[in-house]
Amino acid sequence: MRHFRRGGDTVVSSVSHVVLAIWSVVVVAPLLWALLSSFKTTREIFASPFTFPADWNLDNYYSAWIDERFGRYFRNTVVVVGAALVIVMLLGAMCAYVLARFRFPGNRLIYYTMLAGLTFPVFLAIVPLFKLMQGFHLLNTQPGLVVVYVAFALPFTVFFLYPFFKRLPDEVSEAAAVDGASEWRTFFQVMLPMARPGMVAVAIFNFLGLWNQFLLPLSLNTAQDNYVLSQGVNRFASQAGYATDFGAMFAAVMITVVPVLVMYVVFQRQLRGSVQQGTFR
Amino acid sequence: MTATIANPVPGGRKRRAARDGRPGRKLTFDNVSFMVVFLGLPVTVFAVFVLWPFAQAAYFALTNWSGFSPDYDVIGLDNFGDLWSDQLFRRAVRNNVILAVVVPLATIVIALTFATIMTIGGSSHGQLRGIRGSSFYRVVSFFPYVVPAIVIGLIWSKIYDPTSGLLNGTLTKLGLDQFEAFAWLGKQSTARWAVIFVIMWGFVGFYMVLFIAAIKGIPAELYDAARIDGCGRARMTFSVTIPMIRDAVQTAYIYLGIFALDAFVYVQAMTPTGGPENSTLTISQRLFRTAFTEGKFGYASAMGVVLAAVTLLFAGLVFTVSWLTGGRDKRSKA
Repeated sequence: MRHFRRGGDTVVSSVSHVVLAIWSVVVVAPLLWALLSSFKTTREIFASPFTFPADWNLDNYYSAWIDERFGRYFRNTVVVVGAALVIVMLLGAMCAYVLARFRFPGNRLIYYTMLAGLTFPVFLAIVPLFKLMQGFHLLNTQPGLVVVYVAFALPFTVFFLYPFFKRLPDEVSEAAAVDGASEWRTFFQVMLPMARPGMVAVAIFNFLGLWNQFLLPLSLNTAQDNYVLSQGVNRFASQAGYATDFGAMFAAVMITVVPVLVMYVVFQRQLRGSVQQGTFR
Repeated sequence: MTATIANPVPGGRKRRAARDGRPGRKLTFDNVSFMVVFLGLPVTVFAVFVLWPFAQAAYFALTNWSGFSPDYDVIGLDNFGDLWSDQLFRRAVRNNVILAVVVPLATIVIALTFATIMTIGGSSHGQLRGIRGSSFYRVVSFFPYVVPAIVIGLIWSKIYDPTSGLLNGTLTKLGLDQFEAFAWLGKQSTARWAVIFVIMWGFVGFYMVLFIAAIKGIPAELYDAARIDGCGRARMTFSVTIPMIRDAVQTAYIYLGIFALDAFVYVQAMTPTGGPENSTLTISQRLFRTAFTEGKFGYASAMGVVLAAVTLLFAGLVFTVSWLTGGRDKRSKA
């Protein structure tokens, strides 16, 4: 019996390894292939999907960065995502803190409205939003895009920071109040630093989400000078076929992916912990 | 990370004194300015840029507004009547329903299988654990989640390329010559499944990590008891794991369904024109074109309302099914 069980273990573990290894290849191969293709010329790309480039150089990256203007898109993305991230983390933390720790009429209403905002399809809002931005003269501007990013990332931020603020011990804020700290000071000098692990995790998720944002810029940011990276990639996707520089396209893809991949590898420990805490507790 | 935060107070449910009235809480400048800024600012931004557009969409859906002319008429439910007889739109709705059924189901089955292997798939003796190398597989599988969706779509559209793509290249190398110039995204029989696979490729890793976290939260005693009772791995999965993490599965199902009902980025990157015979056309694609290319904002808003209704219906359906299949026992105990 015991012997039989052992044999079963070996079979199960071999099959498991094979399945997981195949999946790993399916996941990694496309990314590596895109990386490889980013060094090939368009002619080489069409010749065969497997051959290595005859000449390893950064020509494609140069033409993506300069000719296809990904340098500019990159800067736009950093500016817009950076500004939106700072603002949404601040506003989100403030709102989550108040909702989690203060009792007032309408508290639940606001909380559940935000929750509903998390599940509604953005598509429903897109047409009126276009008109609204036009009215505020924010259409096709970077500040406009920042405001919209903030507004749509807010429900997620509040929802996931809420438990972190809820969990902080009352003794600390009471002690701060006894010491005569104002509400403002209690938040910025006592409570916010204590919620740091939650802030880091939510900030990473927001960074990923905003960096990858597609629909909002596509419909509200149509001036090409203000394009963000995902729009630049989309231009390639929609023009594909007509004299496209495919080498530069793959280089552009890499330019878009690498910052987020680096973020993930650097922060993946925090991310893993937070997935657990945020969603299931 | 301080100890306080890493291990939140065990009795976290206890009544919080602070909320019930903090000592000496009067209307001071400090209090008032604090509430106005801390609550007023975020709520205003949210109300103006999220809630208000949603509300307006419901109204525009009842008009024939073009989006550019200053005036328009309220035409009641005519837009919805037109949608009902709009063959292209009905096609899109059907495609979306297929996506919303297949994508979550397939993604969750795969993600749950992998999560199970990585948490309880190890030796059936001694301490409960996953197979060796789990953390490597976990990190690798998560990669697609951080890749922007538009990039995923673009890379895969090139992988599916009939002549220079990686997929046909590999298949031909394996000796399957019939795939030498097979147009995965250009044939009605394969386009939809090709798109579905790509969406799954993007999400399996993320939900796997979620399920791993959920499974690790199950008390080990339950598995030990099951083992003593002679349960194998399959039995443990169906009798212990799935019942214990049903909330996580339900959440995953709803989120994946919402993504599948949108799916805009993916189809936009792979089949921008709707695919062969419109087999990958989605509501979101129709909506975008109706609004911004055809200039029918009223009609597009009506599509948005339908999309929202389908989404809510879907979420309600998931909750109902979950409740009917045993969730209610758990609720009543909780």
